[in-house]
Amino acid sequence: MEKKIILKLSGLTRRFGPVLAADHIDLELREGEVLALLGENGAGKTTLMNMLFGEYIPDEGEVLVRIDGELRPLPPGQPQAAIEAGIGMVHQHFALAENLTALDNILLGAEPLMSLRRNLAPMRARVERLMAASGLKAPLDERVGAMSVGERQRVEILKALYRDARVLVLDEPTAVLTPQEAESLFQSLRAMVAEGLSVIFISHKLHEVLAFSDRIAVLRHGRKVGEMATADADRARIAAMMMGEEIAPPERPPARPGAEVLALEGITLHGARARDRLEDVSLSLRGGEIIGIAGVSGNGQSALAALISGLRAPERGEIRLEGRALRRISPREMIRARVGRIPEDRHRDGVVGAMSVAENLVIERLDDPHVQRLGFLRTRAIRENAERLCRAFDVRGPGVEAPARLLSGGNIQKLILARVFDLSPRVILANQPTRGLDFGAAGEVGRRLLEARERGAGVILISEDLDEILALSDRIFVMHAGRLHEARTRDRARIGLMMAGHFEDETAWGGGLTAQTAGEARP
Amino acid sequence: MMEFLDIFLNESFWTASLRIATPLIFGVLGALLCERAGVLNLGIEGIFVVGAMAGWMAVWMGASLWGGVLVAALAGAAFGLLHALLTVPLGLSQHVSGLGITLLATSAASFIYRTALPDVKSPPRITPFQPLDIPVLSDIPFLGPVLFQQTPLTWLALLMVALVWWVLARTPLGVAIRAVGDNPDAVAAQGLSVYALRIGAVMAGSALMALGGAFLTMSAFDAFFFGMVNGRGWISIALVIFASWQPGKALLGALLFGMFEALQVRLQTQAGALVPSQIFLMAPYVLSILALVFVARRADYPRALLKPWFKGQR
Repeated sequence: MEKKIILKLSGLTRRFGPVLAADHIDLELREGEVLALLGENGAGKTTLMNMLFGEYIPDEGEVLVRIDGELRPLPPGQPQAAIEAGIGMVHQHFALAENLTALDNILLGAEPLMSLRRNLAPMRARVERLMAASGLKAPLDERVGAMSVGERQRVEILKALYRDARVLVLDEPTAVLTPQEAESLFQSLRAMVAEGLSVIFISHKLHEVLAFSDRIAVLRHGRKVGEMATADADRARIAAMMMGEEIAPPERPPARPGAEVLALEGITLHGARARDRLEDVSLSLRGGEIIGIAGVSGNGQSALAALISGLRAPERGEIRLEGRALRRISPREMIRARVGRIPEDRHRDGVVGAMSVAENLVIERLDDPHVQRLGFLRTRAIRENAERLCRAFDVRGPGVEAPARLLSGGNIQKLILARVFDLSPRVILANQPTRGLDFGAAGEVGRRLLEARERGAGVILISEDLDEILALSDRIFVMHAGRLHEARTRDRARIGLMMAGHFEDETAWGGGLTAQTAGEARP
Repeated sequence: MMEFLDIFLNESFWTASLRIATPLIFGVLGALLCERAGVLNLGIEGIFVVGAMAGWMAVWMGASLWGGVLVAALAGAAFGLLHALLTVPLGLSQHVSGLGITLLATSAASFIYRTALPDVKSPPRITPFQPLDIPVLSDIPFLGPVLFQQTPLTWLALLMVALVWWVLARTPLGVAIRAVGDNPDAVAAQGLSVYALRIGAVMAGSALMALGGAFLTMSAFDAFFFGMVNGRGWISIALVIFASWQPGKALLGALLFGMFEALQVRLQTQAGALVPSQIFLMAPYVLSILALVFVARRADYPRALLKPWFKGQR
């Protein structure tokens, strides 16, 4: 039986300056259907959804919603109208006030503004009924600022449900969730879809899209380039549609490891939270190899990264760079020793958003005579350096003089790569280097890391993405509860078990609980 | 030493403390309301001057005392609207606009005063608010004079503390104001107008600030002269941080400052011979700075304070 169309986007178009962010996009959504919207970064997915929700005014086209049995156009640019028509939006960057409780966030805008008293009891009862029906649980009286990412997301969805959403739009809902949280989210959504809710979700995780959606629409460069039933889809075909070409995984020629470039000897770091601790970590990295470090996030990876970046000094143990023990540990020392750092949070730790692309490219070598002379910046040399690097690393954006915050996530990562490689590093620390990047940009990062390995650099690759670890690493370690274990296998299932704390060797058994508690990510 | 303790036992000390605190209570509440919505209002010092001028002049021109209070509040709201228009939809720097408002409002008050009274040497006086003498209550020992010999504007200030607290904590509007000062996107995504909430909060806050000024000319004194505001606006801005943006603590902060000031006057007369009087004049400010240093380190600023928000830009 054909279900009724509940939402129709017709010819939606939006320009940002000369860029066509959305180019005459048509989409239909039926009752109780899950539509996945796929596309690379910058393909126009978020722009499209913002037009749907009235946050952007489209240059052309309209949004039609079934109201009282017929499709009617929504007035453009009015979120209020979209909410009233039953559209609920869960933004990738949550739209929650952190100083308010979950309940206040849900009720915000849903009660008449000008009244001297609030009648909370019936409203709270309604939220509780929604929580019971949907399986989305959140502590209603806790301030959102104190909540985990998973809880915040549940509050976001409850907000939409409280406003009687019939269409739920989720923008990359699992980008910030642990696999366990993501699975429970999908379970709840499935239950609600069975009750007639329609869902549009944006993702670039193919396995989720294949497992959860009924239909897939692919966007590329602001245009809809394909649409298919999920039953007829397969990975290769979708990837090809997104990229506009077939993509091959990067080739990894056999390693030619050289001398040891970085050694950690019995390193211990103390910390209040489990994620900040390291216990007796030893590692020997040789030039010309990539060591992959797998693990559920929050098991000490950030502590390890901070150590190698020079941000934290160990309480016990020794760090050696090319056989020389480091006494003073600081980021400056690490840069001098030619350790290239690709930080986990590229927006926060990787660039200074307000400074130009050119300045960000030289920020690690301000004492270099090519950059300054007698304390004065050599602006022309800096600009030429930036133009050269941006060409070589394909950093695209509004130009080298523009502030770095204007670049997209993928281009910021390329900027950081350019800065790291320009240092001709001997050691590269790549912490979650492809998180949130699309295929194209992620592939580029992988190729560059392999290239550095060919040139004789040692690379430490920390990633939650096991596929990435397997594709790029010569040796694989697993991080769990602050300890590091060599995997000595490339079997996914066995590595997965180790990530959960089950080790076949004698050293550390019985951390199974820690993996789950550490899995709840906090911002 | 005993003399020192006597100061605190004397009811006139507490009466004076509350009186001195009154304009600050208005000022802190006003600044707090603006900042809770995410807008710093450094126009406060000028808005105090305008409130003092407008209230007094309205009465001098024949309005009733309460009529003068209303005129002062409206004049404050008008300058608040200007600040809000510049900083909210236009997104200009809140610091620059606020300081500009202070300069503009101070000069405007001076200009109007000079234009209306071209040849006056000493400013004309009005009959100010008198202490509310409530028969039985005023005769309660100690508490009676402290609380019940204050003017109606002091009572209004205390009432405003309760009102602002109630609105912020217990009404949907208050929830929305707190939300817009933390994350305007959350407010917009729920279909409320960020601009309307912020402009409204800044106007209401500015009206409160102006009442602080009006208290000076219509209650504490009986005429307007230049320099009478004397930094009370700036003190209020500092006290907001001391109060962690909470109305109850705002009252406490204002009272504390009032006590320092009252104490300063009394110590001067008692020990004036030994210590230069400037030390005592300085004392309230030094103590406020010290108090701030300890409190502000833990201050939990409204997250969106100073950050402009534009429609359609997430």
